[in-house]
Amino acid sequence: MRIVVCVKQIPDPATPGKLDSETNRLIRPAEQILDDTDRYGIEVGLNLAEQTDGTVCLLSMGPSGTMQGIRQALAMGADQAVMVDDPSLEDSDALTTARVLAAAARRQGFDLVVTGVESTDGYSGVVPQMIAEFLEVPALTFARRVEMDGADLRIERQTASGFDDVRSGTPAVLSVTAGAVEPRYPTFRGIMAAKNKPIETMTAADLGVAQTSGQRVVSVEPAPERQGGEVVEDDGTGHLRIVEFLESAKVI
Amino acid sequence: MSVWVFIEGTDSGPGESALEVLSKAASHGETVAIYLGEASEQVLAELGRYGASAVYVLTGGGGLPAAAVSITLAGLIEQESPEAVLFAQTYASRDVAGRLAARINRPVISNAVDVAFESGYRVTSELFGGTKLVETSFTAQGPALVLVRPKSFAAEPRGGTVGRVEEHRLPEAGHAGSAQVLGSKVEQSEGPQLSSAKVIISGGRGLGGAEAYSLIEEVAEPLGAATGATRAIVDAGWVPYSKQVGQTGKTVKPEVYIACGVSGAMQHLVGMKDSKRIVAINKDPEAPIFSVADLGIVGDVHNVLPKLAEVLREH
Ligand SMILES: Cc1cc2nc3c(=O)[nH]c(=O)nc-3n(C[C@H](O)[C@H](O)[C@H](O)COP(=O)(O)OP(=O)(O)OC[C@H]3O[C@@H](n4cnc5c(N)ncnc54)[C@H](O)[C@@H]3O)c2cc1C
Repeated sequence: MRIVVCVKQIPDPATPGKLDSETNRLIRPAEQILDDTDRYGIEVGLNLAEQTDGTVCLLSMGPSGTMQGIRQALAMGADQAVMVDDPSLEDSDALTTARVLAAAARRQGFDLVVTGVESTDGYSGVVPQMIAEFLEVPALTFARRVEMDGADLRIERQTASGFDDVRSGTPAVLSVTAGAVEPRYPTFRGIMAAKNKPIETMTAADLGVAQTSGQRVVSVEPAPERQGGEVVEDDGTGHLRIVEFLESAKVI
Repeated sequence: MSVWVFIEGTDSGPGESALEVLSKAASHGETVAIYLGEASEQVLAELGRYGASAVYVLTGGGGLPAAAVSITLAGLIEQESPEAVLFAQTYASRDVAGRLAARINRPVISNAVDVAFESGYRVTSELFGGTKLVETSFTAQGPALVLVRPKSFAAEPRGGTVGRVEEHRLPEAGHAGSAQVLGSKVEQSEGPQLSSAKVIISGGRGLGGAEAYSLIEEVAEPLGAATGATRAIVDAGWVPYSKQVGQTGKTVKPEVYIACGVSGAMQHLVGMKDSKRIVAINKDPEAPIFSVADLGIVGDVHNVLPKLAEVLREH
């Protein structure tokens, strides 16, 4: 199976993103890391490739920077990467992002496009479905378990109340939750090999797509912060403080 | 022009988060509920009570319906030009909103917590882990597509009735609609629900293991509390996803939220920081959860919870 895994380089979440106060745009550092939630999609992609004697191509849109995040992803075992890096795509919304990723997947050729459920930094949570619509394929979303069933995919799809047992042929888009698999750690050999794996870089024009902007940020304000209250050390009577608190809140 | 609210029906009808969005839309003007599923008399009455003046019932369509639903919605939008289509941000709605947006080439704004019905719409969404409120307006032609976070609005019955009901059969969606659902399994817990309970007690990785979740249940029982969880312990398989609170789980607003062995990651806080009161038990005095807690107990859940359960049982 030809598997394309969408991944994203993001600013380290430990150092919160800064906004340009004039333009309300996110200032992206050159050093970006692999979005941690993408590791699950990569792991699923690698597993399916191993089972089907297939290939895994990483696909990413955004400023390449030092490519640190992409190398991290390649080190897990993917064969190659395609980066769509184009200043004209800066600040793309979910729709443009999906259009670009769909066009790049089509150009690359695929049987399956694997994504996370949502990115850690933007979390609009609709890109996988949009990619599926652009590619005119099923969107097998929120998969918490993935296996092959003959030539078909069989997934447990998380729902609000439980899960659906879903079967689908390919081509398809598959979005996987963080609970789906235990991502492998890159080995030393993997890290060394990643340095020589091919990374192809392309622009929006190469793909024949352009940014459409149908929305405008009007303002960005800090959300009202909640004030912390009293913090006490448990000296064996902590539970009584909680009981008192529940009484004063009139819930007991 | 009207506002449409897409609702995926469940066994028990429209569901709380859809009624919240419906109420908000109805406060603005003419509202059409787009209902996917069996629309019984009872369901129609409920939709009317919460503000729908018309209901379009989408029927048929097996498997994963989002591809077929977006074809039907795109057609209806073309004919009737609604000013907006609002969705409660659930998994099912994300599938429909995403596909529809791509199909009609319109942006969709996710994580909305407020909507101002004015020219271009102004949608407030929570970003950067809920630390920033971003106001966005639509600049292109066509309906504003908005995914609204649950608990952003109150579900308020307005006492209306539905005037017009139309049935629309979902079309064949070709390969895009070909995934089959072989079965569905419910893992939802019985008893008090996260969406409505006055008190919620949640556990995190600090419990130490799956079996220790019983400490949470033993405190919940005498309180009549619903039980919640962090993603860390859902992913670890200790409890089902239906208990997950946070960005990718449920948004809750109880009178009291008790977080036990929960660090207080941004993605968890997003789902519970609007609780009226918050209590936290954590052995690390530096845990971020304490910065939002009205009462913080620096202690071990294995000591505090059993004693708490005992006192509450006798209460
Ligand atoms: C895109 C994305 C979406 C996410 N969505 C969600 C979501 O919806 N919900 C969610 O919860 N998370 C979500 N997360 C994960 C989130 O970032 C955290 O990883 C998670 O909330 C941590 O769970 P935890 O608090 O149980 O575990 P930890 O962060 O490991 O915290 C455990 C805490 O327990 C304390 N502890 C340990 N032992 C004891 C003891 N004996 N007694 C008392 N305290 C003890 C520790 O001091 C620590 O603070 C998401 C992450 C991403 C990237």
